[in-house]
Amino acid sequence: MLTTVYALLYYVAFAVFAGGIAWRVYEYAKTPQPANIVTTPAPVTRAGVVWRMFKEVLFFESLWKSNKWIWIFAQLFHASLWLILVRHARYFIDPVPALVVLAQPFGKYAGLTFVLGALGLLARRMFVARVRYISAPSDYLMLLLFLGIGISGLSMTFVNPVDIVGVKAFFLGLMTFNWQPLPGSPALLIHLGLVALWMLIFPFSKLVHAPGVFFSPTRNMVDNPREKFRPVPWMPAVSEVSFDPPHGTRK
Amino acid sequence: MAEDYKVIEELTTEEAQTDPLYVPEPVDGASEHIRSFPAAAEFEEKLGYPGERPANWQEVALNKMDELRGKFRSFRLFLDICVKCGACTDKCHYYMGTADPNNMPVGRQDLLRSVYRRYFTLPGKWFPSLVGARDLTEEVLDEWYTYYFQCSECRRCSVFCPYGIDTAEITMAAREILDSVGYGMKYTNEIIGKVFDIGNNLGLPKPALQSTLEDLEEEIEEDTGVPVRLPLDEPADILLVTPSADFFAEPHIDGLIGYAKVFHATGAKWTLSSYASEAANFAMFIGSYENMRRIALRIRKAAIDLGVKRIIIGECGHAWRAAYQFLNTLAGPCDFLDPKYPVPQHICEYTWDAIQAGKQKFDKSQNDHIKLTYHDSCNVARASRMGDYPGGQFDIPRNIIKAVCNNFYEMPEGTTREATLCCGGGGGLLTDDIMEIRKKGGSPRMKALKQARDEYGVNKMAAICAICKSQFTKIMPDHGFAVDDIMSVHQLVSNAIILPGSEQEKELMEEQTEERADAAE
Repeated sequence: MLTTVYALLYYVAFAVFAGGIAWRVYEYAKTPQPANIVTTPAPVTRAGVVWRMFKEVLFFESLWKSNKWIWIFAQLFHASLWLILVRHARYFIDPVPALVVLAQPFGKYAGLTFVLGALGLLARRMFVARVRYISAPSDYLMLLLFLGIGISGLSMTFVNPVDIVGVKAFFLGLMTFNWQPLPGSPALLIHLGLVALWMLIFPFSKLVHAPGVFFSPTRNMVDNPREKFRPVPWMPAVSEVSFDPPHGTRK
Repeated sequence: MAEDYKVIEELTTEEAQTDPLYVPEPVDGASEHIRSFPAAAEFEEKLGYPGERPANWQEVALNKMDELRGKFRSFRLFLDICVKCGACTDKCHYYMGTADPNNMPVGRQDLLRSVYRRYFTLPGKWFPSLVGARDLTEEVLDEWYTYYFQCSECRRCSVFCPYGIDTAEITMAAREILDSVGYGMKYTNEIIGKVFDIGNNLGLPKPALQSTLEDLEEEIEEDTGVPVRLPLDEPADILLVTPSADFFAEPHIDGLIGYAKVFHATGAKWTLSSYASEAANFAMFIGSYENMRRIALRIRKAAIDLGVKRIIIGECGHAWRAAYQFLNTLAGPCDFLDPKYPVPQHICEYTWDAIQAGKQKFDKSQNDHIKLTYHDSCNVARASRMGDYPGGQFDIPRNIIKAVCNNFYEMPEGTTREATLCCGGGGGLLTDDIMEIRKKGGSPRMKALKQARDEYGVNKMAAICAICKSQFTKIMPDHGFAVDDIMSVHQLVSNAIILPGSEQEKELMEEQTEERADAAE
């Protein structure tokens, strides 16, 4: 029964997650950006833009300029998340690739820094009046969701180990449509339930900042409006327009 | 500060009065009373908007919002991806100057984002209070009008946002939505109408322009003994399009004299146009591509009619953005111009090229009574470039200044270049009916200027933006400066340039002969 519920939950969650993100990306890709509105100073070559985006996405360059505290917590949070994701790949791939084996010890402790980062962000949200003002209940709940995922995960790593061989069998079974029983540890059920919830809300929430940042026109455009002509797709060409009449021709 | 403006306790401390980047704690509703006059029906209609609010205005507004998110990726994306991290919350000069949380960039965006969420996202439709979504009511519309006209679209927030979210894009869209239900701003929309009717923001018809230019020619000749021309509607190689304030206001007009002298000294064949007698494009402020294009097309037509090879834009911040980022898109391609030159060029690029060519003579001592600082105008800094490398927009004006002026000092770090603070009057706010927001929004810049004064004895500030210059003549007197302590960059050029055959050249040569004689003795 439990296995069936979680199996179905994960099929649905994955479909919503992948389909939803694909839909968002499609929306952003098809919506035109008529004028070049890059925030300057900006790179004047495509390669320069790739470098700018690289610094932005991995090192949060703008956030660094902006606020060191947010930067520290955000880096703790996101860098840890990457390590955790890589480490978790071992539950979905057999045999486990070398990179994932390598990430294992770091990934374990990344759980701690992940929770620390989330707590830092939560503290700012609660105690900095400006940030509190702009926070909706969903902004707090999002952080609590991450804390729930992180703490339930840590409890399995450091307090009550679960049958991870069984967990891996369950997920490999899901992927090959050959269901295997899910171990019944409460921490595991909470952990997996919250992760599924995270996947379900991802495409409908601010979490779309992850794919979205790549589409940000103030960051991803080359500073070349004088060199490259970009017509407005929904306006007639300049050859088809009429001009205001010269002045003095009317009363 | 002044008279009967609302006093915010937070902003009266010593630190708040001196630190240009002082961040107050939020005070709800601190600037909710500052509202510009809405536009009358005839001015809305002239721009293609309804004169009266339609009975089904909610539907119209939401349809407009839907239309805009299909036309502008910036708008759709920026509404979706904000994570409310708070990085922008202390970056807006209007927030710093008023402490009103709706003037925090994200606070301002949320006024519209909350409505977008309610009608266009699943969580907002299902759980509005969970995600801070709200219905579009009349109060919300009024709130939009109040606070979207307390934004100067300066893009300072977009520099600091980890996703590059630019509040200016949201403000422009919001103003377009307001206009779509007949709720536009008097100042911006009357001015756009004037451009359509007469050709420029100030409403100067051709005869007035003509006589102004003739007066200036006389003035220059009296001053220098050289007949420098300011041609209007004459066939030429260069079309100069400049903000109409350059024909009228101080210190703008001294900048225009500077351009004329540089053109004269370089032997350029240039002209102004009475049809395209305005570089400003206030339609950008209200986010209206249709109206922005109508104004931009004037430059195209004038360039074709006058048979010019290149277009040069005078000193103006948002006009330089409208030209640099929008002219090609809205009125291009300009393949009838000489491909050797970028389209368009900035007057500072032209002057700096001339200085680098080394053929111009300058007497820098003419500016020795000045201890100068330079104000980077927002649109020049964050929405354009000069020269061929990123950041040329910061260096080229400074290079010019240093070539004509001996005493130059920077304002404090964090208030210049890409982090420059707005003058407080940009984005269509340069109207006396909202002087309170202009003065409060300009206060961070004023504090930075006063630091430069206290540290280096700075007594003048130069800028290359018509709006900045007008704004500073209004707010600098509150801070112990004179009305004419704000200068055009080309005014400094004008002071120092030695025109061939001029009185100044003769004087300089005499001085040099005397010096040589003295040295010989």
